[in-house]
Amino acid sequence: MNLNNIKSILRKELRSFFNSPVAYIVIIVYLILLGWFFTSNLFVYNLATLRTVFEMTPFLLLFFAPAMTMRLISEEKKSGTLELLITKPITESEIITGKFLAAWTLYFFTLLPTLSYYITLTILGSLDTGSVIGGYLGLLLVGAVFLAVSVFGSSVTENQVVAFIISLFIVFILFMLDKVLFYLPTSVATILEYISIDYHFSNIARGVIDSRDIIYYASAVGLSLYFATAVLQKRRWA
Amino acid sequence: MSVLVSNLSKYYGDAKAVDDISFEVHSGEILGFLGPNGAGKTTTMRIITSYHSPSSGTIKVEGRDVLTESLEVRKLVGYLPEQNPLYLDMNVLEYLEYAAQLQGVTKTMIPQRMREMVGVCGLGDMKHKDIGQLSKGYRQRVGLAAAMIHDPRVLILDEPTSGLDPNQIVEIRSLIQDLGKQKTVVLSTHILPEVQATCDRVVIINRGKIVADGPIADLQRNLHGGEKIVLEIEVPDGQSFDMVSVQVKNIPAIATVSLIDERNGVKRFSVETTQAIDIRRDLFQLCVQKGWGLLELHREQTSLEDIFRQLTSNSAR
Repeated sequence: MNLNNIKSILRKELRSFFNSPVAYIVIIVYLILLGWFFTSNLFVYNLATLRTVFEMTPFLLLFFAPAMTMRLISEEKKSGTLELLITKPITESEIITGKFLAAWTLYFFTLLPTLSYYITLTILGSLDTGSVIGGYLGLLLVGAVFLAVSVFGSSVTENQVVAFIISLFIVFILFMLDKVLFYLPTSVATILEYISIDYHFSNIARGVIDSRDIIYYASAVGLSLYFATAVLQKRRWA
Repeated sequence: MSVLVSNLSKYYGDAKAVDDISFEVHSGEILGFLGPNGAGKTTTMRIITSYHSPSSGTIKVEGRDVLTESLEVRKLVGYLPEQNPLYLDMNVLEYLEYAAQLQGVTKTMIPQRMREMVGVCGLGDMKHKDIGQLSKGYRQRVGLAAAMIHDPRVLILDEPTSGLDPNQIVEIRSLIQDLGKQKTVVLSTHILPEVQATCDRVVIINRGKIVADGPIADLQRNLHGGEKIVLEIEVPDGQSFDMVSVQVKNIPAIATVSLIDERNGVKRFSVETTQAIDIRRDLFQLCVQKGWGLLELHREQTSLEDIFRQLTSNSAR
């Protein structure tokens, strides 16, 4: 992996996020939705907690992750610029990694303003800083998985809408898995529980940073990006 | 040898796009890669540039194999794909910078290379505009500038003048000719005058197979095996063309004699030979003997259009 190549791709994609309305729409809509949940908790129930931020973000991400990444590769396929990219001295995995990191960076900038909630709450009452750090770490990891899966979704089609739907479908399954466990026998349930995103998130959000959860997130991201790379490589043998 | 293609085949499923072709491109040569649509030109170029992989056969660019040393090859090659895809939301300078970075141009060299390419391709007035706002001619120049940003030794251009107006075509063509002085250029097209105007040598491909390879002049000479000569003579009254034709056919190695035009006793006709021998002297002697007034006598050049049509329709079945 050539870091300079990844950096070039990352910078280019970030620039096109912020040159187009995409970044601003994502950030604004996310903050409006989250702000509503946050303030209703704060003022109606008089609770000084960031729990809503941590609970609602994965849910909102179900839609935001596919929306942020849907054009990343499908658009290059459609306009033919993928051919330009592939024929440059850069590997498929560098392209995929760069694009994934760009989406993750945008997501990071989306989360950043929610730190103002944290500041507000520390002024108003006492917060458990450990669980806040854990929560944000968890959000970054959950986001990484959703975005990596969505990058894969974008790589399999040249149609943005199809990419969005494929990505939404996969992340929705990963998200819902641990919510249907009651109906299943224990042997199956433990496996599904391990695959589900939310199960690992709830551990980290409590402030417990377990290597098993980190390994889960890292391998989910790695696997998704590996598949996306494979899709690009397969084209050479088409 | 700059580009060496040997026994290259490419299948898409069962369909054979390229069928066991071999050719070479010498350093500093402009090679015209000709063929009807769907003949396999784009496929071949995409394999040279590592976009596709060959089903069998090898390609070497400057001695490096496209499969095993793919990244090295891609550094040596500048490629302008068919339809010239570009990022329409970037401005010209941003795009050139991006292309330079990806081509591995060292950071300190990038501004200088960008300036040079903006100059060479005449993009000075457009450099801060979004590519989406540019006309087709300027987009083509942006594509060329990006393809050459790393000063590649080999340039692969897939239909570089398609969709341009006649003025733009002339501009792009002369740009390519200038470049061809220092670089190896492979240029695909189905516009024949373009080849005659720019290329040193042509390779004609049809249905995945090479049907001709050589300098244009050689192809024109070799196609029939024989030669075609056009005569215009004035004969005494009363002699019909058939009588003239019988006399002409007495010369050895004549294949056909056919009338083109006849007016006021002046007959214009063509003579084709079976072998590549010069019969102009014999024809002249005949005219002197018979007392015909020889008004015109010249060797007909087969046009590239004729060659192309003959080669690509003959082998169609």
